[in-house]
Amino acid sequence: MSLNWQIATVQALRDETARVKTVTMLVPGWTSHKPGQHVDIRLTAEDGYQAQRSYSIASAPTDQALVDLTVERVEGGEVSPFLHDEVIVGDRFEVRGPIGGYFVWDGTATDPILLAAGGSGVVPLMAIIRHRAMLGGGPACTLLYSSKTPADIIYKDELDRLAARNDGLRVVHTLTREQPSGWTGYARRIDQEMLADVLAETGKAAQVFVCGPTPLVEAAAAGLVGLGLAPSQIRTERFGPSGA
Amino acid sequence: MSDQTTDYQHDDPHTLDANAVAGLLQEVFGAEMTAAAARCGHCGNRAQVGTLHVYDMHGPGIVLRCSICTEMVIRVMRRADGSYLVDARGAAYIRF
Repeated sequence: MSLNWQIATVQALRDETARVKTVTMLVPGWTSHKPGQHVDIRLTAEDGYQAQRSYSIASAPTDQALVDLTVERVEGGEVSPFLHDEVIVGDRFEVRGPIGGYFVWDGTATDPILLAAGGSGVVPLMAIIRHRAMLGGGPACTLLYSSKTPADIIYKDELDRLAARNDGLRVVHTLTREQPSGWTGYARRIDQEMLADVLAETGKAAQVFVCGPTPLVEAAAAGLVGLGLAPSQIRTERFGPSGA
Repeated sequence: MSDQTTDYQHDDPHTLDANAVAGLLQEVFGAEMTAAAARCGHCGNRAQVGTLHVYDMHGPGIVLRCSICTEMVIRVMRRADGSYLVDARGAAYIRF
């Protein structure tokens, strides 16, 4: 399978939260991706210095050559501050992809889906949610989404709108640091008790995707195995400082 | 990722999994590798390459370690002449 660098042109930019931005790229000749896959981005400075990073694809596969990346700004990083502060519509940079075959959801799968996300770990899971919505529903799907504060919730309006369709998508938030007044939802990190609650509705045959910082991924994966799920049901993706 | 952006503490902030280097692995092996099966030559754990932990991803090479026993399974070095050196003695097998 060849993996060639291609030129992407920025088509649109959208602020998701104060620290998170979505970049829509036009990539002529784009091979349609699967939800969960990512792209590598390569920036080359005038002196030839190159910086390369991997970003999850946020958009559902379509027949257009448009790809959304949702990028969190990482202070001190080489690529994310560039994408946040410098890129304007019409700019070009190199991309290659789609990449990855492990952390992907096959839209034809019929097992219920449990998604667990921390912070910008929601990005590849949003590609699954959007693809499922485009297919007109599909298997029951629960997103358990951990954010620090209400203002940090990425895709909040879209998630509210998709959940209101009552087509089997359920979105469960936990807010670990700051909750709005009258909040009755979870207000702590993802733990086994919380996973047992969501699993009671999803069922133990669920196909699970977990994405977030390593400690969240490990807490969720260990919690689910403790509740009787097989490790083979659980796909994980850790992100760390390399996202910069 | 610093604690500014997450509530979950990192015990080792340099650990990622092989999904993060899927592009490099595909470049080296000529195939999508994260869904490939690998057996750890140390503890015998059989898992997809995407589950392996990655260290030092911005250095001259990457080290993929078993998620169970943390021993090295695959090491990929980029050499000055642009070629790659793959040390897979930590893998009983890789199937792709």
